[in-house]
Amino acid sequence: MRNVLTIIGKELRSYFVSPVAYVVLTGFLLLGGWFFFNLLSRFSLLLTLYTQFQGGEAANRLNLNDYVIAPLMHNLSIILVILIPMITMRAYAEEKKSGTYELLLTSPVRTGELVLGKFLASFLFVWIMIGLTGVYPVILLAFGNPEVGVMVAGYLGLLLLATSFVAVGLLTSSFTENQIIAAVSGLVATLLLYIIGWPAETAGNVLGPLLRYLSVTEHFADMVKGLIDTRGLVYFASLIALALFLTQRSVESLRWR
Amino acid sequence: MIEVQHLTKRYGDLIAVSDISFGVAAGQILGFLGPNGSGKTTTMRVITGFLPATSGTVKVAGFDIFDDSFEVRKRIGYLPEHPPLYDDMTVTAYLRFVARIKGMPGAEIADALDRALTRCGLTTVADRVTGHLSKGFRQRVGLAQAIIHNPAVLVLDEPTIGLDPQQIIEIRALIKELAGTHTVILSTHILPEVAQVCEKVVIINAGRVVMEDILANLTQEQTLEDVFLRVIAQEEPHNDQLQGEVEETAG
Repeated sequence: MRNVLTIIGKELRSYFVSPVAYVVLTGFLLLGGWFFFNLLSRFSLLLTLYTQFQGGEAANRLNLNDYVIAPLMHNLSIILVILIPMITMRAYAEEKKSGTYELLLTSPVRTGELVLGKFLASFLFVWIMIGLTGVYPVILLAFGNPEVGVMVAGYLGLLLLATSFVAVGLLTSSFTENQIIAAVSGLVATLLLYIIGWPAETAGNVLGPLLRYLSVTEHFADMVKGLIDTRGLVYFASLIALALFLTQRSVESLRWR
Repeated sequence: MIEVQHLTKRYGDLIAVSDISFGVAAGQILGFLGPNGSGKTTTMRVITGFLPATSGTVKVAGFDIFDDSFEVRKRIGYLPEHPPLYDDMTVTAYLRFVARIKGMPGAEIADALDRALTRCGLTTVADRVTGHLSKGFRQRVGLAQAIIHNPAVLVLDEPTIGLDPQQIIEIRALIKELAGTHTVILSTHILPEVAQVCEKVVIINAGRVVMEDILANLTQEQTLEDVFLRVIAQEEPHNDQLQGEVEETAG
């Protein structure tokens, strides 16, 4: 446990002493703010139009959850597909390149502790990053009346999606000593998870539901709608556990290869 | 303290180390000699548990490196060929991190840190970022991380490379000081270094041990340099042949 904490400390520190953390955080918040601003102005425009042309009736159908928060969550999830592999790419690849991997693997630290420490550090960083977007719901709550439950479910979905991507990104980083390869293969893997459900409609009765179940988007979209079911939670938990297990095997493989 | 038996390491088709055996007694300093590419670094990586052996066994302090890797790793300090530094950390933060992952109790770390900084002459750069240090200082930080947790066994891969003459003398003195309480394997191709520091010498060439003896025995009749050149030449008849051919063409 102490080793896990030591690794977390070292990893978080390296995020924040290098410009990486600040560039990523600024970029993410800039894009997030841009989405939020545009969704909100569109909402305000629709509201004006609907009240003018069809009386109060149509305007009642407009709500902040469906028109601002849900699309915001989906937009942010796409940014995460791209950003998370860039956050995790250095985790193992850089250690291998700079030779510090030799220090870590010849120290009395268990592979599981190393993998867990690195995962928790990136996980904390990404949660901080997403947590900073929490200012948007607060603004909505202050000036409107969105449904809090749906919003919380949406955020939970976003955090689970991000955590799964972190686990996958760390896995691809553990395969290589080249950060570009780690980032590109991480991006391909997370993007595939994102779009694997696309052919589900035409893929038949067996493959269709399977592809849909494998797709991150499917479970994420449910949560954004406010639906938290065990299927989705089990999906995310298994994806994270599988990626961590494979990372552990990948690091350990150096010892018996 | 360290027993290497019939160790072989293959990378695919390339045989890096072939059936080598040698031992180091507790408290002894072993000079591990050989030309570039002879398998020194590979052997050291196997001893420290970084790489697995293809066949053969290594025991450190009675623990098998494959079955009890964790116990071995607790007892070893290792300076790899390139000092394993995190370039964005200060020297102090880095050494503190190393002390922690080596399993030192928190209360002892402050003292160990002071001792390592003083012994390796790092007090003036303690708060500098390692990425900005010169090669000599980086090498010394590497040495400091190997000794900070006071390990029973030290594996040092070319510890004096990149140092200036003054620093080389200091580091040699430091290594000598470690003898008796620590078992040290020191790889180098600087022969006078071995003559000054080591008690025992193992020479490897093309992945095989070609000489293993106490330094005093080796240097009774010849200088270490002569011994080294002789055993290296013996192992490589092919090289001699080649040289002969070259001379013929030249003549």
